[in-house]
Amino acid sequence: MITTKTILQPEVLEAVVVRFVGDSGDGMQLTGTQFTDTSAMFGNDIATFPNYPSEIRAPQGSLYGVSGFQVHIGSVEVSTPGDNVDLLVAMNPAALKTNLYSVKPGHTIIVDTDSFTKKNLDKAEYKTNPLEDGSLENYRVIQVDMTSMTKEALKDVEGLDNKSITRSKNMFSLGMVYWMYDRSLEHTVDFFNKKFKGKQHLIEANTKVLNAGYYFAETLELIPNAYTISPAKMAKGTYRIIGGNTATAWGLLAAAEKSGLELFLGSYPITPATDILHELVKHKHFGVKAFQAEDEIAGVTSAIGAAFAGDLAITTTSGPGLALKGEAIGLAMMVELPLVVINVQRGGPSTGLPTKTEQSDLLQAMYGRNGESPVIVIAASTPANCFNFAYEAARLALEHMTPVILLTDGYIANGSAPWKIQSIADMPAIKNHKVTKVKENWSPYDRDEKTLARNWPVPGTPGLEHRIGGLEKDRVTGNISYEPKNHEEMTHIRAEKVRLVQNNIPDLKTEFADSGDLLVIGWGGTYGSLHSAVKQISDEGYKNIGFAHFNYINPMPKNTEEILSKYKKIIVCELNAGQFVSILKTRFSKFEFSQHNKIQGLPFSNDELIQHFKQLV
Amino acid sequence: METTTAVKKYTFKDFTSDQEVRWCPGCDDYVILRSMQKALPEMGVNKEDVVFISGIGCSSRFPYYMSTYGMHTIHGRAPGIASGVKLANPNLSVWIMTGDGDSMAIGGNHFIHLLRRNIDLNMVVFNNEIYGLTKGQFSPTSLIGQKTKSSPYGNTQPPFSPGELALGANARFFARIGGNNPKDMTQIFIDAHKFKGTSLIEVLQNCVIFNDGCFDDVTDKEVKEDKQIFLEDGKPMIFGKNRDKGLVLNKLKLEVVTIGENGITQEDILVHNAKEEDKTLHQMLVRLEYPLATGIIRSFTDVTLEERDNALTAQVKASSKFKKTDDLFFSGETYEVK
Repeated sequence: MITTKTILQPEVLEAVVVRFVGDSGDGMQLTGTQFTDTSAMFGNDIATFPNYPSEIRAPQGSLYGVSGFQVHIGSVEVSTPGDNVDLLVAMNPAALKTNLYSVKPGHTIIVDTDSFTKKNLDKAEYKTNPLEDGSLENYRVIQVDMTSMTKEALKDVEGLDNKSITRSKNMFSLGMVYWMYDRSLEHTVDFFNKKFKGKQHLIEANTKVLNAGYYFAETLELIPNAYTISPAKMAKGTYRIIGGNTATAWGLLAAAEKSGLELFLGSYPITPATDILHELVKHKHFGVKAFQAEDEIAGVTSAIGAAFAGDLAITTTSGPGLALKGEAIGLAMMVELPLVVINVQRGGPSTGLPTKTEQSDLLQAMYGRNGESPVIVIAASTPANCFNFAYEAARLALEHMTPVILLTDGYIANGSAPWKIQSIADMPAIKNHKVTKVKENWSPYDRDEKTLARNWPVPGTPGLEHRIGGLEKDRVTGNISYEPKNHEEMTHIRAEKVRLVQNNIPDLKTEFADSGDLLVIGWGGTYGSLHSAVKQISDEGYKNIGFAHFNYINPMPKNTEEILSKYKKIIVCELNAGQFVSILKTRFSKFEFSQHNKIQGLPFSNDELIQHFKQLV
Repeated sequence: METTTAVKKYTFKDFTSDQEVRWCPGCDDYVILRSMQKALPEMGVNKEDVVFISGIGCSSRFPYYMSTYGMHTIHGRAPGIASGVKLANPNLSVWIMTGDGDSMAIGGNHFIHLLRRNIDLNMVVFNNEIYGLTKGQFSPTSLIGQKTKSSPYGNTQPPFSPGELALGANARFFARIGGNNPKDMTQIFIDAHKFKGTSLIEVLQNCVIFNDGCFDDVTDKEVKEDKQIFLEDGKPMIFGKNRDKGLVLNKLKLEVVTIGENGITQEDILVHNAKEEDKTLHQMLVRLEYPLATGIIRSFTDVTLEERDNALTAQVKASSKFKKTDDLFFSGETYEVK
């Protein structure tokens, strides 16, 4: 099963996709993260995606307890975690069985043979041992007695129990992969020294196993070749690897500092948004007030209260939670307070697919409230730009005195990528409409002429005492009004206020062909998949394809119609049944739109997109 | 964060807004409004630091009639909004004005969690045992058998007792007062403001249209001294027109006795201790049907959520190396691309 062809020089590759899979307790997330960080420091471009079961500790060896971490590293631009893998590290039969489909034929699989016991094969529902029955003939399988060798490497280390010994076998696999891709062990050894500070035996054990894996790979003649991936050409600067949810949280921290306001978060735990709460609660040193409420509704209402009192107010959630928050978001729209609502989309409807990705909350974000209730809707499109769009959501809420819904999704929220660190000094200014002194006949509904944003007098300010509420307001005094014409006028003012945001957002940009036969349109978290597909097809010689990706959905950029008019055909690609396209069809009815939709809880694959695009040109 | 500026002098007129009051004539809501407007000048708080937050229902029109800051929000959700206001600016005196349906039906979840957390704010429940604004359906405090628009043959759902529910949720301050007793209500509002922690005040509020006379058997001027016991901290639990009735503990129950009968003297009567942490006796008082306990039943000073949070924040701030976001962003695992 293993070819013995020997290549002496490391093969230089542009990009490689590695997936580490094992039991949810096998430490695959840690292994993947270490490989990612080491590669990032080596200068590669990176995209990662963790894949773990909803069960916290599923039964050992079971098919549904398999946890994985995929990383795509490249010397060229990498914009997705990759579809198919070049190297699969499978720690047990269940991990092999559930992930074999993704390995490119002819590529490498490393398995821990010690885990291929009768019991584990049964749990993985293998009738015969795949390592023996010839079913893996199309792959390069590297069989390693990983558990035994880990034990052997640790036989002289004192103070380790059996469990700690078996648990460190993930470092054996990491050592092997480091050798295969010509990586240094330094970063991970540093990591052990920090993580296990004061526990010398654990530092020693993990370092020994890592080295053992590394040298095993080096001396193992059966490993056909080693690969190297040169550093990528990336813009100069200081970088770090950042996950989408952390980037979102940090964008909010930056917005609070820049605007000079205190940050208030009202939230309730929900997958996959909870990590934003986890991140923000850490930062009490910046004065962050993070309030874990009793439910989704109290999460958003506490944020509305904080907005009334003058804080930069945030609530975070995912689809079902957004449904629960709907009425309160309508209140914030009606009382015209700045509020940032972050929805990390997951598979729906109802409980749906909580750990999978989807873009099916767009219409809910747009219209999921009673009455005429327009709000600003924007979407982040990469793990790293979650930072910018969280910041942007705060900026727009404060400058326009209205709720802003920021859509991210499980794919970019859990994925990670290099982020060129942005200093607060380089971020755009954020204005707000707070008032302390007013002219005579003042009203809380006095508006800024350019934006129609109302002023923001906050409790504690003498002389500006006022009442607001969910009942319709007189457009001048702000008192309750049931007057028919006034209601119609106020409805138009609230809509116009959101439309005027167009003057405060950048134009839509196109990539590749700026006019031609086909325009590929996407929005939100699919940027990486669509960009790499259009790039590939363009590199193949199809030069009349352009790509436009929307981050601003309500309102859309001013030049949207102009862009649409430059192409013969338009295809709108979404991970839903066609929500964004329905908005485009309504707003730009003179164009014809075709669609590419996928509703499997999975991102687009490169192949499916390219196949479809080619049919159209 | 106490305010250092001198508090201005006010009269009740300073707290009256220019909006026409639209409750039904004769409604106890007017009594609550006037009592609050009279209590505020006595609280030692600046007008700009007072915020009224309400949900939906007759009670929830309240903020419009006050000349302070206020927000009329959505059904049941005033506790969340008020909590956000207070946590954002702890210097404010925050009041939730709500009804039995708003607080205990649609807002029931928020009600219990508000009390559990003990944020320093105040909640006034206008309990009229009926839905007024939607024109007369039974509420979670309506009695079994009560005939309403949605229970024409009599209500079959057993009611909550607001006080029992509140103490079950660990309310630190609970008071009950008749809607026709502005004098004591005013003082209770002042005491609630001064109390550090969540204060809950249940007003037995008569709805003249849909549930008229629902509390007459205890609040009517003719009977109230005999049917109510007005509790005062540190004073014996004595009631009755002749001040000759009192409460004693008999085994595990409160018992009404007459002073001067069966050898009972004033010495035998229980003395009210509202500040006691153990709520056993407070719960018995809340449950008592005859006499109905009014006044401040429980007033136990506990650590507030803000106090706990502030202490933690100060500790984290003092020990953290992150002063600005740049410190965080450039910390840890970063690398240079040249």
